[in-house]
Amino acid sequence: MISRRNFLKNTALGLAGAALPLSALQIIDSKKLLAEAAASKSSAVRWVFLVDTYKCVGCGLCVKACKLENEIPYDANVSRTWVERYVLTKKGKLFADNPKAARDGFTSTKIELGNNEYQDIKGPEIEKAFFVPKLCNQCENPPCVQVCPVGATYQAPDGVVLVDRTWCIGCGYCIMGCPYGVRFFHPVYKTAEKCNFCYHRITKGLKTACVQACPFGARQIGNIKDPNDPVTKVIREQRVGVLKSEYGTKPQVYYIGLDEEVR
Amino acid sequence: MKNQVFRPLFVVLVVVALILLVRMVYVPKDFGVGARGYMYGWHRESNEEDWKKIKVKYQGKEYCKDCHTEKYTKNMASKHKIIQCENCHGPAIDHPDDPPKLAIDKSRELCLRCHFPLPYPSSGRAKLKSIDPDKHNPGMECSTCHNPHNPMEGLR
Repeated sequence: MISRRNFLKNTALGLAGAALPLSALQIIDSKKLLAEAAASKSSAVRWVFLVDTYKCVGCGLCVKACKLENEIPYDANVSRTWVERYVLTKKGKLFADNPKAARDGFTSTKIELGNNEYQDIKGPEIEKAFFVPKLCNQCENPPCVQVCPVGATYQAPDGVVLVDRTWCIGCGYCIMGCPYGVRFFHPVYKTAEKCNFCYHRITKGLKTACVQACPFGARQIGNIKDPNDPVTKVIREQRVGVLKSEYGTKPQVYYIGLDEEVR
Repeated sequence: MKNQVFRPLFVVLVVVALILLVRMVYVPKDFGVGARGYMYGWHRESNEEDWKKIKVKYQGKEYCKDCHTEKYTKNMASKHKIIQCENCHGPAIDHPDDPPKLAIDKSRELCLRCHFPLPYPSSGRAKLKSIDPDKHNPGMECSTCHNPHNPMEGLR
């Protein structure tokens, strides 16, 4: 038996249900949102880096320039970029060091072993030896960004991974998360710090400080979205390698003459 | 329902509302999902501008050319033309306004960065001319004899 009260109640409910647009029930498609966001802000630039390890002589002028340009305390044992020395002996032993991040270059045949111990390796013992400059890989899938709990580190539309110093809480997850060990604590700002391809320079049309300081052209920066960029041409047409590709991070620093000993 | 159920619920609701209010004030307006989506692009957008605003310190060789033309021309005619002025003279920043004078690094260690003999065949280092610093005029500044702008010309 329908009472007057029940009839009015059900009618109101039915009307409300019918008034609800179908679109309101639709689940938000994150992929669609992402595509829209990407389309609206897509960049004509994707910064990449090219290192020619054959050209590097281990002078460390890049490290000096980087530290001064980016105000990284000069005597603190941290650096946005560094140069590693690899020496493989004829007996098959591998030695590698980067004293003071190679800020003062390599001016000795003595290789640092840690704990203030050194091993002097002279010419006749050497099978192969070379230098490898390292810096942030500005990965396409940056693990350091994924782990940030507060959104202080992010990837800019042009691919460079930046740190928001005002927002970083200094938890250090990103420093642990980077497989390349390029992140560190800035001793002055007390926040996470990393190479950002000299963002203040490249966005003004300048080269990074390290690229400019390198006398031998071992370091180059380019835009992979520009097919006429000399760096893009090398990456596309020559044999180049990246570091730790097995991590799936898609690093964007390409190396000429990369050896399996390089980690 | 009874009062003792509603009262704590009310307190919880007030706390939640307070947190939301603080969040609204504290989180910058431009905080949001950037071009790379939530996973890689969750950030404060104006931070990109903050980074772009940082001062350029290394100006490059062309910056020195107009005033120090003589030194520049001499250097560009030598093998040391590949070296930036600022690698030895330090970053120019706003020179000559600030700093009015640049500190020159004349240490032997600076020259040895390239000219210390390291027998590393598969790197460019082995191809550079080198000296043994313990035997080649130890203790003397290299610039006593060599003009760094053109090191082998007219040895002093």
